[in-house]
Amino acid sequence: MRYSQKGMTTEQKSNAAQPGGFVYLPLIAGWLVPGAGHFVLRKWGRGALLSASIIGMFAVGILMQGKIYTSAHEILDYLGMAGDLGNGLVYVLSRVFGLGADTIRETTADWGSRFIVVAGLLNVIAAVDAHNLRTGRKPA
Amino acid sequence: MIFRPSHFTAVLLFALFVSTVFGITMRETPPRMLRFGIYCFVLFVGAVIAASWLMFLIAR
Repeated sequence: MRYSQKGMTTEQKSNAAQPGGFVYLPLIAGWLVPGAGHFVLRKWGRGALLSASIIGMFAVGILMQGKIYTSAHEILDYLGMAGDLGNGLVYVLSRVFGLGADTIRETTADWGSRFIVVAGLLNVIAAVDAHNLRTGRKPA
Repeated sequence: MIFRPSHFTAVLLFALFVSTVFGITMRETPPRMLRFGIYCFVLFVGAVIAASWLMFLIAR
């Protein structure tokens, strides 16, 4: 038996937003484009708010001349790069267009770097939330 | 264009963005999402103000 709590199995089936299709699509779409995981599930309002928050936070970080991690040599660099990679295609676009600073020159740039890293981590949370909605682990 | 916010403005922006995502992802229904988002925002900003006063008093 998969669930021991009463009614859990029935609830999981009814909450699955899309019974067919690739189950990891919202997770991958949500990681690549902030909010896209919820758009796939037709959660337009949630997707728009998540997209605006995550892209807005990333943009503020860039405007503050935050650093985009391009390589890692120390443990803190690895953590920063892992956070940046959470931004998906937004990170790729920022690398392609050369956005952000190479080195941190002022205090606000340091805060900007944190904004960019946290935006990536929030995007991972949002993508996992979309996946949970898709599988029915979270009620729709 | 370079954006140089004050420390407190940066805190408010950070709290706003993070609270929005936390509210949506950590709760199931829109009213509870809104309540939890406001709760997170108040905690973020309140903690910063409390810590700021604490540091101010320690520095004196």
